[in-house]
Amino acid sequence: MNQTAVGEVEKLVDPMLPQLMSIRKTVWETDDTFTIQLEKADHYDAEFTFLPGQFNMLYVFGMGESALSISSDPLKPGTLAHTIHRVGTVTTALSQMKRGDVIGVRGPYGTNWPIEKANGLDVCIVAGGIGLAPLRPALYSLFRRRRDYGRILLLYGARSPLDLLYRVELEQWSKLYDVEVLVTVDRSDSTWKGYIGVVPSLFMYIKLDARATIAMVCGPEVMMQYTIAEILRRGIPPEQIYLSMERNMNCAVGFCGHCQYGPKFICKDGPVFGYPHISHLFEKKEI
Amino acid sequence: MFIIQRRDFDILISALKQRGYTVVGPAVRDNAIVYDEVNSASDFPVGWTDEQEKATYRLKRRADEALFGYSVGPQSWKRFLFPSHVKLLSVVKKGKTMEIQSDASNEKPPQYAFIGVRSCELNAIVIQDKVFMNEQFSDPTYVLRRHNAFIVAVNCTQSGGTCFCVSMNTGPRVKGKFDLALTEVVGNGVHHFVAEVGSDKGAEVMKEVPHKNADASGAGVAEKLVDATAQHMGRTMNTDGIKELLFNNIDSAHWDDVARRCLMCANCTMVCPTCFCSTVEDATDLSGDYAERWRRWDSCFTMDFGKVTGGNFRPSSKARYRQWMTHKLASWINQFGASGCVGCGRCITWCPVGIDITAEAEALRKNSVRIEAEHSTGV
Amino acid sequence: MQKEDLTDVLRKHPFVGDLEKQYLQLLVGCAKNVHFQEGEYLCHEGEAADSFFLIRTGRVAVEIHAGHKGKRRIQTVGPGEVLGWSWLISPYRWHFDGCAVAEVRALTLDGKCLRTKCDKDHDFGYEMLKRLSHVFQSRMEATRLQLLDVYGTR
Repeated sequence: MNQTAVGEVEKLVDPMLPQLMSIRKTVWETDDTFTIQLEKADHYDAEFTFLPGQFNMLYVFGMGESALSISSDPLKPGTLAHTIHRVGTVTTALSQMKRGDVIGVRGPYGTNWPIEKANGLDVCIVAGGIGLAPLRPALYSLFRRRRDYGRILLLYGARSPLDLLYRVELEQWSKLYDVEVLVTVDRSDSTWKGYIGVVPSLFMYIKLDARATIAMVCGPEVMMQYTIAEILRRGIPPEQIYLSMERNMNCAVGFCGHCQYGPKFICKDGPVFGYPHISHLFEKKEI
Repeated sequence: MFIIQRRDFDILISALKQRGYTVVGPAVRDNAIVYDEVNSASDFPVGWTDEQEKATYRLKRRADEALFGYSVGPQSWKRFLFPSHVKLLSVVKKGKTMEIQSDASNEKPPQYAFIGVRSCELNAIVIQDKVFMNEQFSDPTYVLRRHNAFIVAVNCTQSGGTCFCVSMNTGPRVKGKFDLALTEVVGNGVHHFVAEVGSDKGAEVMKEVPHKNADASGAGVAEKLVDATAQHMGRTMNTDGIKELLFNNIDSAHWDDVARRCLMCANCTMVCPTCFCSTVEDATDLSGDYAERWRRWDSCFTMDFGKVTGGNFRPSSKARYRQWMTHKLASWINQFGASGCVGCGRCITWCPVGIDITAEAEALRKNSVRIEAEHSTGV
Repeated sequence: MQKEDLTDVLRKHPFVGDLEKQYLQLLVGCAKNVHFQEGEYLCHEGEAADSFFLIRTGRVAVEIHAGHKGKRRIQTVGPGEVLGWSWLISPYRWHFDGCAVAEVRALTLDGKCLRTKCDKDHDFGYEMLKRLSHVFQSRMEATRLQLLDVYGTR
């Protein structure tokens, strides 16, 4: 560091200082999962930009922050949105916010899905539960240049039919963008005509051109373990598999140490990783 | 090299104070040598030394009146550069909106002069620089304190019972990154400090402190003292392939063994000069219109450390101990290009059950060698 | 002529497609093509499990009656998969209802016929058992994963 006299440090940018955004709209996707659309509420002119797969830290006055992945279209300015599972105090508070209420937003943070690398390849997207949220910006990005990619497959699993996110969109995607959508649920009553079973079992019903396919996976860790085992069994090379990891993200800037996963900080080295970078730890317990 | 007489030591302190520094140095508090604000040499642990072993720390009288005749105490300088409790944000609610102020970047930071920074500690500071001023983000609280700090390093002229800086290549001789470095020479009717200037700031201060140039023999005496310290390390750590050792032994049975002894008290992480984990707390006042965010030290040994909504990634003691030691000795190297251990021995001394990181690393190594041998002979 | 067709169909089904020719012939003797409309049942809990199904197209939901909670669908079986193994295990009764949720074309194999052939030719019997064990195993793994309720928050 520079040796300067006392008191000569310039005013610093505080990475922990959020910008202000207000709630534009809240849409309930399921009983316990909602999407909030945000708009800027401060004087900064800069547009909020992000890459698919990145996340923000959302701050609710007096309650704290929560790390939440961005679920909106990165190429549509001014439409920032998060799809949030209501599970803790901060997410519950977010779910109760009304139009115009202001929250703090820090971000975007983390690595992104390899949209560029998918050029010319088939793309197999595998999502479990809320894991579809951080993959939606990836799907939007693929649709934007649909002809640059081969097949797009979306394998998506949820707990029950009522827990499925983006139900209307799922149908539109298959119609408008030629996405092969396979949806499965863990349990159901007799009104559901779709697949019932775990996500990895869907691979039974598809054929993949292993060498020309890139896979992007996001869901609960155990679901990703079984999914990746299945993907590898299909012959897709490890370096064509990407996944998004979850840990306790507290500061999002590599200071607090909570999100460590072996040598990686999920917040800044992830959350999206190429599988070879973490495969040695992936099946170890309590890393 | 210069020589400052003991009687002129107070002039160094006052020169620093006159420049606006809050001068921090060693002092005896509650039967331990800690770092605290000092006004003169009389605040220093004059004639005291410390006796250290695993789970053991005692102060003892020395035969002389040395100011730096001890090794390291329970605290390190991180409590000044990375305070254990710091306010990050103040937030005022204004109807539907709010105003957020960054206290961390707007504060008038304390300007510290540290006297008595040992080589291991200086290395620890350089390591924390990489954490809090990483390639993407800088922590204002740390940067403001660090940038202003004046460092008077001290070469160790005795080794503590739990010291192993030689193994970690972090001491006992201080190298670079200081403003002034001192070696205390005491006995046979002399008491002075052999001083080395490490920066322009240091040179400026030296101008105000009476000194003479050290001749070759004067400097040589200091050199020999430090060499002798290097010969008497209380511990050694075999660092050969240590990164691979830790990474290849994630499933070692030895972790169960440590976990049976470890109390998960987090002492080792609190006393460690490089441990940097923290957590945040949010609070509002009674009116509900004013909120604050505070940051405080956290430890990977706490139950909640790996907690996320709906689960905990590291619920077992064994996984938490493994995380600490693997991070310290292995993944740290991937993250910051250097080991997270500087061999200060604090975690050994202050572990209430006497867990010794050097012994645990050795046990892990033996275990690993034994298993490899068994595999190769097909047992 | 019809036998030829069945051999072709069997060859295309992953469960038996790679069987040796003579074993395929044994299967053909016990097999026939079946077809179910959406909503039709392939099997009912408690009934004699005198057959099992190799699903070619469509989807069958495995249903269990959970008392007052009513009918629960716990799994679907689709193209390339096998429905039922009760034909092999005494007392040879179905343990669930199988409902076609999308029009199903399948091969049904006569359980009793196949059991007799397995008893007579143990090599063939062992081959069938190995293949079914695979099905048991993946079914069990999937069930375990479902039990984890990975999308739940508690």
